[in-house]
Amino acid sequence: MLGVVKPKSKRGWRELEKRAPKLTENVKKVLLLHGTSTSSTVKGVLTDLYRLKRADGNAIKYTRKNENIRPFESGGESYLEHLSQKTDCSMFVFGSHSKKRQHNLVFGRMYDHHLYDLIEVGVEKFEPIVMFGGAKKYAPQEGSKPCLVFIGEGFEQEKELMHLKEILIDLLRGEVVDAINLGGLDRAFICVAEGNKVYFKHCAIRLKKSGTKVPRIELIEAGPSMELVVRRHCLPDEELKKKAMKVALKSSKPKVKNVSRDSLAGKVGRIYMPHQEVKNVSRGSLAGKVGKNYMPHQEAYMLPYGEPTTLLV
Amino acid sequence: MDDQEGFLVDLGNLLVVDKRKAGLSPSLSKEEVTRECLARGEQALQVLAEKLFSIPSTPDKAGPIVQLPAPTLQLPREKPLPKPRPPTKWEIFAQRKGIKKRKRSKLEFDEQNQEWRRRYGYKRVRDEKDIPIIDAKPSDEIGTDPFANRSAQKKSRVAKEAKNQLENLKRAAKFGGKGALPSTIQLAATSLPITGTKETPRRINKKEIGFAAGLASSSTASGGKFDRKLEGEKQAKHVGKHRKFLPVVEGSGIGHQELQQSQRVLNKVLGASSNDILDINKAVNVLNVQDEKRAHKAKGDGKGKRKWTSKKRSIGKNKFRTK
Repeated sequence: MLGVVKPKSKRGWRELEKRAPKLTENVKKVLLLHGTSTSSTVKGVLTDLYRLKRADGNAIKYTRKNENIRPFESGGESYLEHLSQKTDCSMFVFGSHSKKRQHNLVFGRMYDHHLYDLIEVGVEKFEPIVMFGGAKKYAPQEGSKPCLVFIGEGFEQEKELMHLKEILIDLLRGEVVDAINLGGLDRAFICVAEGNKVYFKHCAIRLKKSGTKVPRIELIEAGPSMELVVRRHCLPDEELKKKAMKVALKSSKPKVKNVSRDSLAGKVGRIYMPHQEVKNVSRGSLAGKVGKNYMPHQEAYMLPYGEPTTLLV
Repeated sequence: MDDQEGFLVDLGNLLVVDKRKAGLSPSLSKEEVTRECLARGEQALQVLAEKLFSIPSTPDKAGPIVQLPAPTLQLPREKPLPKPRPPTKWEIFAQRKGIKKRKRSKLEFDEQNQEWRRRYGYKRVRDEKDIPIIDAKPSDEIGTDPFANRSAQKKSRVAKEAKNQLENLKRAAKFGGKGALPSTIQLAATSLPITGTKETPRRINKKEIGFAAGLASSSTASGGKFDRKLEGEKQAKHVGKHRKFLPVVEGSGIGHQELQQSQRVLNKVLGASSNDILDINKAVNVLNVQDEKRAHKAKGDGKGKRKWTSKKRSIGKNKFRTK
């Protein structure tokens, strides 16, 4: 019959709460996997993408080959949806290699663990992170928020390139924050669209002194560099898109904590003081400073006007 | 998105889009392409940096901290928006009556132990185990264990609350779907009735299984009499015997069982409500069918017009009775 099934441990409880639908969502996790046959290029790309997104556990890489994954065929995405449910990944990168589609990467997104949209891309001229040495001296910190640059009119005009741009932004942007430390801007992803090719570069940012408050930016290439060619793509259907783009109505008043109203006292606030070792507070040396107002054994601390008060301990 | 000589800047995403042509001819070598890409990238990032560093910042030891605006480019969500959970039975009642939740403190002063203790949990204020003496009330029966009573009452309370919780969850799932349930809780049998008329399949109990097994074992040509039995399998009850006759002679202890049985039957037949036990319609139909058969036989199986000579008895109480 029907019964309540609850997780048996607090850890399980926490995991389920992490995976629950929320108003402000988590960073999209990426699942990197490959099919029955891959090339070293594709494997290299998957490894490098894993290294880029590994911080905070935002990437899961499967090393074994997976059969029966055909994202563009109806029914071929069921295993991917199952994996998405299992690993709580809303994005995936599926690599494969065949004579017809060489060095193939399929970037895909999920909505509610069902396929949302896909784009298929071929990789040419791949250079891994290892080749650059990761821009040793100026290597970006793992997990830092990147700047994203998209150059070329193709990104505004061609449907496939617009779609690729959206997916790359979703993949690379990281957490949405409301404040950043400008000293921590250390990485940028540059995508240049020329014709049907996209040159993808990952660079470390070096802020150099300029005369003004705004520093001069210098880019040092780090990380993977590839040439991508868009092959196929599958846009989401309108109804699904509407559902996914829904925004929650935000309450205009932010919650104010530690403030309450009392009919007698009016507006009352609460202050949480840290623990203070009142006895050990140094009063400084009194050598040579003893004057007519010196009182050695005072328990209550005096205000400038001589009014005693008690400390909130 | 801000426009500045063909640059679109989205500060919330730290995104810059350079709408101008890339201008990379295919004749360029790899190094030249890289150089060109980085140069254009630096340009775009300079535009972004200008925007970022112009925001009023608060200083910090690592660098200036800046408040970013919300991202302008909206990306699709990964999961649907959380659904509000429908109110529970208690919440509806409380809302109707105007009962408000009051905040209770975590600690309470325990008079018995003369110290501050938790309201619930380990070493709590009113722990059942800590009660050393229970005063007897005049309404108490002798021989009942008041401690056992208290623990039994608590068990029943807990069971009732669990049942109420399950009912509330079922209601939430019914009206709001799976999304209305809290994320950490699931209902075990997920097959909720679609139309509400389908019942969830009932589990058969030991007696029913035994009955089914008995039926199966006796459904052989010889009624299960000569079948080889398994180790430990008992003989079937009532082998061959399906009618019980009471003894005619009054023996010791049996008494007048047969007399009682006969009396019972007579009372039923001759009693005031005796008409109700007989299904008159059925009885009339049976007699009519008998008459038809007789008439049919008398006429023979030939063709020929059949005259409806036989009188059909009407369904009327008095008419039947006089017959």
